[in-house]
Amino acid sequence: MAKPKEIVLDPLFNNNPIALQVLGICSALAVTTKLETSIVMSLAVTVVMMGSNVTVSLIRKFIPASIRIIVQLTIIASLVIVTDQVLKAYVYDISKQLSVFVGLIITNCIVMGRAEAFAMQNTGRDSMLDGIGNGLGYSVVLLVVGFFRELFGSGKLLGFSVMPEAYQPNGLMVLAPGAFFLIGIFIWVLRWRKPDQITAD
Amino acid sequence: MKALRKLLDSQAHLFEKGGKFEKLEALYEAPDTLLFTPGHVTKGNIHVRDGLDLKRMMITVVVALLPCVFMAMYNTGYQANLAIGPGLADPRDAWQMDLLLLLMGSEAAAFNPDSIYANIMHGAVWYVPVMVITGVVGGHIEMLFAIVRKHEVNEGFLVSWFLFPLILPPTIPLWQVAIGIAFGVLFAKEVFGGTGMNVLNVALMARAFLFFSYPAQISGDQPWYAIDGIAGAGNPASIDGLSGATYLAGAAAGNIDWASQAMAVGGEQWMTAFHGFIPGSMGETSALACLIGAAILIATGIGSWRTMLGVTVGTAAMVLLLNVVGSDTNPMFAMPLMWHLVVGGWAFGTVFMATDPVTSAFTNNGKLIYGAGIGLMVVLVRVINPAYPEGMMLAILFMNMFAPFIDHFFVQANIKRRVARNGA
Repeated sequence: MAKPKEIVLDPLFNNNPIALQVLGICSALAVTTKLETSIVMSLAVTVVMMGSNVTVSLIRKFIPASIRIIVQLTIIASLVIVTDQVLKAYVYDISKQLSVFVGLIITNCIVMGRAEAFAMQNTGRDSMLDGIGNGLGYSVVLLVVGFFRELFGSGKLLGFSVMPEAYQPNGLMVLAPGAFFLIGIFIWVLRWRKPDQITAD
Repeated sequence: MKALRKLLDSQAHLFEKGGKFEKLEALYEAPDTLLFTPGHVTKGNIHVRDGLDLKRMMITVVVALLPCVFMAMYNTGYQANLAIGPGLADPRDAWQMDLLLLLMGSEAAAFNPDSIYANIMHGAVWYVPVMVITGVVGGHIEMLFAIVRKHEVNEGFLVSWFLFPLILPPTIPLWQVAIGIAFGVLFAKEVFGGTGMNVLNVALMARAFLFFSYPAQISGDQPWYAIDGIAGAGNPASIDGLSGATYLAGAAAGNIDWASQAMAVGGEQWMTAFHGFIPGSMGETSALACLIGAAILIATGIGSWRTMLGVTVGTAAMVLLLNVVGSDTNPMFAMPLMWHLVVGGWAFGTVFMATDPVTSAFTNNGKLIYGAGIGLMVVLVRVINPAYPEGMMLAILFMNMFAPFIDHFFVQANIKRRVARNGA
C-alpha cells in the first residue's frame, strides 16, 4: 500500500491528471481566462473528487459490479449539484462566470476515473487522499494556466492591474487556443524535467 | 575567398568532436556551408533526379521572392508619399522618419511620390527593420535549437525569414514582429522537430499569432499606410476614391461599383491593383510580382503548378457560384473573379504559401485537391464571414492540416489499384 504522502503528492507532477493522463482538458480551456475562476473551479473539482472518492470507497463492497458506473455517476452528480448550489449562494458572480462548467464537473473524466480506478479498490482514507491529490494535480495546471492567461491576456491578476500602463493585452491568450498553448508549454517543461514521462514515438 | 576558406579551416578543429567548442558545432557549420559547398553532398548514381538539395531549393524561392521584395519597398513608400507629398497627411512620428530624413536630406526629397528612389528609400526604412528583427530573433531560436538538438542550422528558416516581413503591414510594431516570429519558429516548427517536420506554414503561423493576439495592428483600416492622421481630411483612402482602407474592406462595406469603367477588369483601377500600387501588407499587393515569382518557381520545378492551378480553379468555382447565388445584404457576393485574384493576399499566398513543399500535399492529385480546398475556403471566408475581410492566411492554414489526410487517401487508392491490377 502506498504511503499517504505519496498518494497526495504523486498526482501533482509525477502523475498529473491533465499533463500526463490528458484528462479534463475541456474545463481547463474554458474556465482559465481569469485566475479567480480558475481558483474557484479548482476548489470545486477538488471537493467533488474528495467527496465522491470517499463515498464510492465506503460503499464499494455493496455496489453490484454491473451497475457500478451508474452508482458512481449518481454520487458524483449529487455532489456537483450541492457544490453548484453552494457556489451560487456564496460567490454568485463567479458562479455565473463559470456557468455550465460547474455542472459539467459531472462529466469530468478525472473524477469518474479516480472513482473507478482508485476508490473501488481502496479504503476510505486512502481514497480521500487520492481525491485531494488528484484535485491538487488538476488545480496546479488550472492555476498556472489561469495565472498566465490573465496576466498576458488582460494585464491583470485577480482583477488588479499588474502590468505597466504601456502593456498591450495579448488577445490570443483570452481565446481557447491560448490555453492550449499554455498547457502544451506546461507539459513541455514537465517532461523536460521528468524525461520518464516522454512517450515513445 | 581563399583566405576565408583558410580561416574557416583553421578554426574547424575547435568545433569538431573533442574540440573546445564541440557543442557549438552548428555555429561553425552554418556560415561555412552558406559560403561554400557543404562538406557532404549527394554522390553516386542512385539519385535519379539531380543534385538539388535543400540549399538550392531555398535560394531559388528567395530569388523568386525578389520582385515582391522590391515591390514591398517601393509600394510602401509610394503609398505613404502619395499622402504625405501633397500634404494630405503627416509622416509618422517614429525613428524611421528621422533615419529617412537623414538619408534623403530634405522633406521635399524624401516624400516625393514621383521619385522612384524616394519611394524605395521610404519603404526601406519600414521594411528593412522588420526584416532585420525577423532574422535576428528567428535565427537565434533556430541556432539555439540546432545546438541543443545537435543538428545543423539549415536554410529552412531562410524562406520564412523572407516571407514573414512581406505579409506584415508596414506599420507593425517591431516588438510584435519579434514575438510573432518567435512564436512561429518555436510552435509551428521546432516543437514538431524542425525544418521539414512542420504541419503548418511557419510564416503564416507567425502572422496568425499576431492576427489573433494584436488585431488592432494587423487588421482593420489603420495599419496599411506608413503615415499619421488616417481619419478626416488626411484619409488616404480618398486618394483611391474608396472609403475603406483596402479594396477588400471597401468591397465588404458595399462601396465599390464593380461595373463602373474604372473598376472593370482591365480598367484603370484593376490595373493598379494588378500592378500592386494599392495599400496592403508590404509584399503581397502586387499580383504582377507574384506572377514573375510563379514563373520562376514553375520553370525551376520548385513550386508546384498543380497546387497553384488547384487554388485558381477552386477560387473560380466558388466565386462564380456565389456570383450566381447573389445576395441583397452582402455586397461581397458580387465581387468579380478577376478582382478576387488581384486584391489581398491571394496571389502571394497561392504562389509562395500554398506551394510550400513541406506543408502542402505530396501526391500530384492531392496537390490539386489541396489547392482547390484553399481556393474554396478563401472565398468562403472573404465573402461569407463578416469578421475577416481577408481569408488567404486562414484558408492555407486550414488546408495545411488536411494535406496529410488528402495524401493518405490518394496513396491508399493507388495501393488498392495496384493490388487489383496485379492480383494479390
